[in-house]
Amino acid sequence: MRGIKISAQKGRIIILAVFLLVLVLMYLQHKFGLRVIGLIEAGLYSTTLLTFVAVGECINEKAGVINIGLEGILTLSAIVGTYGAEVFENGVAGLLIGMLTGASIGFLLGILATYGMADQVIAGLAINLFAIGFGPYLLMALWHIAGIHVLSRELMLPRMATPLGYISPLTVVAIVIAILAQLFLDKTLYGLRIKVAGEKPEAVDVAGIRVDRLRIFTSTLGGALCGLGGAYLPLCWFGSLVKEVSAGRGFIALSCVVFGGLEPVLAFLAATIFGFAEGFGYWISITPGIKEIVPVYFIHMTPYIITLIVVTSVIGKKRFPKALGRPYIRE
Amino acid sequence: MLRDSTSVLLARYMKVIEARRIEPLLESFFAITVGLLAGSIFMAAFGYNPILGYFVLFNGGFGDLSKILESLAYAMPIIITGASFTISARSGVFNLGLEGQAYLGAIGAVYIAGTFHLPPVIHIAAATVFGMLLGALWSLPAAILKIWKGVSEIISTIMLNWIAYYLTIYIAIDLLADPETPHKTISALPSARYIRLTPRSTLTAGIFIALAFCVLIYFLLWHTAVGFELRLAGTNPDAALYAGVDPKKVTLISFILSGLGAGLAGTIQVIGRPPGWCLYTNLGNVLMVGYDGISVALMGRNHPIGCIVSAFFYGGLLNGSRLMESRVGIYSELARALIGIIIMIIAIPELMNIIKRRLK
Repeated sequence: MRGIKISAQKGRIIILAVFLLVLVLMYLQHKFGLRVIGLIEAGLYSTTLLTFVAVGECINEKAGVINIGLEGILTLSAIVGTYGAEVFENGVAGLLIGMLTGASIGFLLGILATYGMADQVIAGLAINLFAIGFGPYLLMALWHIAGIHVLSRELMLPRMATPLGYISPLTVVAIVIAILAQLFLDKTLYGLRIKVAGEKPEAVDVAGIRVDRLRIFTSTLGGALCGLGGAYLPLCWFGSLVKEVSAGRGFIALSCVVFGGLEPVLAFLAATIFGFAEGFGYWISITPGIKEIVPVYFIHMTPYIITLIVVTSVIGKKRFPKALGRPYIRE
Repeated sequence: MLRDSTSVLLARYMKVIEARRIEPLLESFFAITVGLLAGSIFMAAFGYNPILGYFVLFNGGFGDLSKILESLAYAMPIIITGASFTISARSGVFNLGLEGQAYLGAIGAVYIAGTFHLPPVIHIAAATVFGMLLGALWSLPAAILKIWKGVSEIISTIMLNWIAYYLTIYIAIDLLADPETPHKTISALPSARYIRLTPRSTLTAGIFIALAFCVLIYFLLWHTAVGFELRLAGTNPDAALYAGVDPKKVTLISFILSGLGAGLAGTIQVIGRPPGWCLYTNLGNVLMVGYDGISVALMGRNHPIGCIVSAFFYGGLLNGSRLMESRVGIYSELARALIGIIIMIIAIPELMNIIKRRLK
């Protein structure tokens, strides 16, 4: 793939890191009886979600629209998706409705960013603030409970038994989507247009292509993938719904985008790092021998701390589109 | 010489911008109207009567003097966080970490107010200052990461909020919990409590601190050299660089000032709000103080005086929505959804122009 170049030195570092990780895991397994399969399961669940959200946002930011409302879209589509699944009594329908929810919010942001010339950061912030209020309101209005809403087992999507443990079929879908998105951006004419719209919108405009429509399209697409991720949370992963269902994952996905430098496949790699950080913390918290020593609150912190460290270590080496976050004004 | 004349020119330029004061006001009113309309749709969609709902909401928020005073008590912390966000937004920094900084401020206040024995006035001052300092301390990592590596504060502050959330819960449960009622921390000693102003509402003297903070921020931003540099860096970074303003200094100052404010808001929620005088271990009484402050600042058009007005409106909504929930069964969370819509409308600068063109 043209967009990604990994030097020999970087390759060696990656191999070394993986080797060290395996050693640490083997030690933990030996010392505390950590179930490695369980760790992989937990890690992949988180990775899948982050991949959906990050890949969509990569394409969106390539076109010059930044959406920091991902967190809010996750919350709202999780709730609406669950409700849809219960109405249609079908988990897949719930996923599609979640996608539709996300797509419509993304479409709205696209309209605001192009025709409304909105400050994209404030508009995204508004989506988050809206979700903080409207999410719990919906939860209460739909199910009349303030705490946790548990889904019935039939609505949950089935899991596949593989050598790596029970894995959601959507994990495979997420990996395929990441690769397809990379090919779409690097190999197709439409992908090229999207990239130019983010770098030099005038050039696309001169070529007779509508920048506004392109950006609304990518924003909708990004929203749809984020919405799919949101519906995936209760329907494939947790099996339940609370008002803090997204727990900062929208912003962790934004970190994946930064880490990947807007390349979907690299963003997927970042998602595995952050996903396994979360899976690791989750797994530690139920492993006897460790859970008594480390306070659970510190384990809950790990994904956020690791995100901060990893983003800090790569930042400055990445280039972002020139027109990112700026409305395009035709002259 | 050249630098002096540039700054004179820039000062004139900024005055021209600020002369258009009425328009933001109109925009805010328009946004609030749209927000309320959207809210009525949300009410009607779930089978509630919007007119009754709004009547109870506004009656509960602004119906009589004691309700207005109670709304002011709700507005007290978000006036402060609103003004704090104003500083950061005016200087071009998005400090979304007010939330986490407020948690730290609250736990700091609990520590000083609950464990030390000091003379009355000194005790209040010590607890307040310590809470503010902890808030500022928690804003430093994001500032340093931005200055040192250029990490976007939008990501780093949110991560720090979650870290602060778990850290504060840990401190509250493991170190400062009340042995008799484990769902809350130890209470502030009577010598560290802001005095109640009226017997019928929970409003305390903290409101004066909040208003003074706003006025202070207004004075700092518009009547000092530092404030001018902050605003210049926020409106036109290139011009600021040319005029010799150090962007790193601006980032650091704006983070520290807004962190101090967020810490103050957390402190006020603990030692300025009866009847708890403590922090609940689920952080129930400081949750959303930071995010609500962002809404308040955006509604108040990033002006400290605008923040006071919009915080009063928001406080009324929060106060009235409790009554709305108990009387008509419309869940109180609707208030925050309304605010979200209002902010979204405010984010569209072109909307007013489009409407004006249509009207012509």
